[in-house]
Amino acid sequence: MTALAAPHATPGTQEQKHVSEPPLLRVDKLDFYYGEKQALFGIELDIHQGEVHAMIGPSGCGKSTLIKCFNRIAELNPIVRTQGRILFRGRDILAPGEDLITLRTQIGMVFQRPNPFPKSIYENIAYGLRLHGVKDKATIDDVVEWSLRRSALWGEVHNRLKSSALALSGGQQQRLCIARALAVQPDVLLMDEPCSALDPIATARIEELIIELKYSYTIVIVTHNMQQAVRVSSKTTFLYLGEIIETGDTKQVFNAPVHKRTKDYVAGEFS
Amino acid sequence: MKEKNFDATLGRVKTAMESGSRAPMWALVFETVVKILTGFVVAALAFILFTIITKGGPHVSWEFLSQPPRDTGMAGGVWPAIFGTFFVVLFMIMMAIPLGVFGAVYLVEYSRGGFAARVIRAAVSNLAGVPSIVFGLFGLGFFVLFVGRNLDYMVYDIPRSESELVEKRARLEANRTELEAEARTGAEAEAARRQLAPEEAQAFVAQRVVEATIPSTRPVFGQGAMFWAAATLALLVLPVIIVSTEEALRAVPLSLREASYALGSTKWQMVRNIVLPMARSGILTGAILAVSRGAGELAPVLFVGVAAFKPDLPLTDPVDFGLFEVPVVNPFTSFMHLNYHIYTLATQSPDPDATRGLQFATTAVLVLLTVALNLAAIRLRNLYSARNR
Amino acid sequence: MYREKAIEALLSVCATVSLVAIFLIFLFLFKEGIIAFKLAGVGDFIVAKISEVTFDPVTEEFTKTETTGYVWQPVSDQPKLSFVPLVWGSLLIAALAATVSTIVGIACGLYLSEMAGRKLRGRLKPLMELLVSIPTVVIGFFMLAIIAYPLRAFADWAGAALAPILGDWVSSIYTDTFNAFIGALGVSIVIIPVIASLVDDSLQSVPQDLRDGSFALGATRWQTSWRVVLPAGFSGVAAAVILGFGRALGETMIVVMCAGNAAQLSANPFDSVTTMTARIATEMGTAGVGSLHQHTLFLVGSTLVTVTFFLNLLAEVIVQKYRSRIVS
Repeated sequence: MTALAAPHATPGTQEQKHVSEPPLLRVDKLDFYYGEKQALFGIELDIHQGEVHAMIGPSGCGKSTLIKCFNRIAELNPIVRTQGRILFRGRDILAPGEDLITLRTQIGMVFQRPNPFPKSIYENIAYGLRLHGVKDKATIDDVVEWSLRRSALWGEVHNRLKSSALALSGGQQQRLCIARALAVQPDVLLMDEPCSALDPIATARIEELIIELKYSYTIVIVTHNMQQAVRVSSKTTFLYLGEIIETGDTKQVFNAPVHKRTKDYVAGEFS
Repeated sequence: MKEKNFDATLGRVKTAMESGSRAPMWALVFETVVKILTGFVVAALAFILFTIITKGGPHVSWEFLSQPPRDTGMAGGVWPAIFGTFFVVLFMIMMAIPLGVFGAVYLVEYSRGGFAARVIRAAVSNLAGVPSIVFGLFGLGFFVLFVGRNLDYMVYDIPRSESELVEKRARLEANRTELEAEARTGAEAEAARRQLAPEEAQAFVAQRVVEATIPSTRPVFGQGAMFWAAATLALLVLPVIIVSTEEALRAVPLSLREASYALGSTKWQMVRNIVLPMARSGILTGAILAVSRGAGELAPVLFVGVAAFKPDLPLTDPVDFGLFEVPVVNPFTSFMHLNYHIYTLATQSPDPDATRGLQFATTAVLVLLTVALNLAAIRLRNLYSARNR
Repeated sequence: MYREKAIEALLSVCATVSLVAIFLIFLFLFKEGIIAFKLAGVGDFIVAKISEVTFDPVTEEFTKTETTGYVWQPVSDQPKLSFVPLVWGSLLIAALAATVSTIVGIACGLYLSEMAGRKLRGRLKPLMELLVSIPTVVIGFFMLAIIAYPLRAFADWAGAALAPILGDWVSSIYTDTFNAFIGALGVSIVIIPVIASLVDDSLQSVPQDLRDGSFALGATRWQTSWRVVLPAGFSGVAAAVILGFGRALGETMIVVMCAGNAAQLSANPFDSVTTMTARIATEMGTAGVGSLHQHTLFLVGSTLVTVTFFLNLLAEVIVQKYRSRIVS
């Protein structure tokens, strides 16, 4: 329990929105199937503007699957089937007519393993802009600089923007991927265990970055690292075997969990 | 350093994202073009197979399959070509399988990643890239002209060059009386054994006596022959067998090897009893693909023994097996080949149009043969990849 | 233990066969080929000496003129052995075939890997392998009997129909029934599935992470394939194209059967041409053992195997470089 007492583990309660305000993302009775196998069962969850929302739970509990529904990346696998609704600003993004391209510019994603494209640092960030018809070089230059500054990478790479992104270290690559996601001006940032492939120092830098970014973005982060959830998030949801066991303020979930399973899981990880 | 103000730019980008000139028309066009081109290739395959089978099928009859060609190939069947293709491929696979499988076993089980293995793998991939006509040249230059001619020289004393011929002629001349006497006794004995009539015997003996001092220049091994063709093809398909065997061997889990070692087996016992049996279907797939490739290539055997028109099967005189006497395949003679038959009928005959039916029929036989072999290989591979999963 | 050692030795001998074979192939081709240099000068294989004897009926005099040219006529009184028309024909057909099969092959590979989905891909890939396995003589025969004549007829018909506008332009262009274009088309049928298969393999080895990353930025399937997957698999694709070009250079029977086999220098793809492979295939059978002609054909073969060797090497180097880049 010592980690909880750490001074930096007080994620911003001050920017909590009014509870009455409609949620940015509302998951409504979501069922999810991989072929015949059901992976998510009747998920109900609200995520509000400005939250850093952590998804925790043991491997295979469906936390990654859930956030991959938010930008509908999960359905790249053709055997996938979903039922229920996910409302983003009141619009059902699982509806058949949803414009996935717009959706994915509004909801960006950072993946488990850094996945920079085998292009230059500059081109990695310019990629998203070019996709959506931004051609003006000055604009792209500006956005590249801005994104790299936001992801705290500018100082390290500003003099070698044209060199290959694959030459960066793992942590730098992951921050580049964050910069790449920021460049298309999303509202929500999905992070699927963004530090699981990184060393502790790189992890710390990404966490600092998340704390920095939470003032501008709503962040949903999947993590298997309890301390990380405590350090960066304001809300936490605990999933187990495809069901939400408990969701609430991070402090409450970790310090005074309602359910026994949550308590066991949180405690098991700590002791 | 003061930070620039990016607000205006970001605003512009945000607008661009929301309005977005996305899913452009040309992307759809390209995607359609890709689909059409792929469909076109599949359609081409279907069209080729369909045309050949519908045009050739009606001409394929039992007679066509079982009769030799007549009138320099203008009529009759293709039995000798089927026979020749079958046996050259049989000899080929008998040479290629042991070499390929044992070679792959060495690469996978005995020399993990060493320098030797790297060099050999490079050689295998290079061998796979050598044009098939070059194998033909090699078959002629190495097997026929080098190995064959030297065998002739060593076994039958057939001179390899003009100067050796002159030398041999002089040698025979010097021993004329001796050789003639020797030939006479031998021939008389044989004539007696064969119970030839007196005149016949006389002629036979006289012939032998004359031949005794004329140096033979007729090559036995040093000419195109089924055996050399098979050896050439074996080198051509060797990479196919090595690569597929290597793949099959690698698919055998390491734990099984360890289990075998744990029971105290030697390396070879482990390979023979565990790894090779488990890799069996993979090896078989490679072998079938090799057979299909071998049966489908003409360029490598073009100068190494194929005959344009040879209605008699390449058989030896009857061989006495004790209970019965039957002729066996003579691998040191030329042979007909389905591919060469198509080629000669279609391009070398005086009137190719007259035999179009026969050409299509021969092509249909060849295509059915190779397609059947390949479907079998694909089936087999799917079967064992499903089992291994 | 001696038994084990003996077995290992035996296995290593079997493994060495490939190495020995590739070594002997080079040795024997060059051994037989280099003799040609002893029988004729190096220059004779580039520019052939041509002497013509003309008889003037007025003066009743024979005049002998000495000229030179890029001529391949190995079985005349004075053999003319210029490789130029053969090399030209090989390059023309290989370039035409490689162009067609690069476009179509990459399209097929892209479709298989990125668009078809697992199920359809599982069905289409064996079809591609089936297409590769069709004997080249069959493809050659197909082009000869089914494609060449109708194309000729079509060209004649089009020529007649367009005569008022174009004059005899069409018939002056579409000169030969069996021509480089038909040959290249036949060669493409063999090479397209080879390139398609290799492109599919190299695109499949591009990590799924990269596709996900692109989709997550709002890219369409086409944008992802074209801007991320193809560039990431570029080296593999380039190697596939190089190998395809090598295969086209080495293709024999299709070219023999339907490219017309005339040793001439022509840039018109509808002219009859010959290639290095076709000349070896058609002339080696009748070239006397030990003759200049035979050694020259071996020299042609040496040239061919050297070129394809370096093409294979180039493809290999590109693939190796690519592999180390992906790993890092």
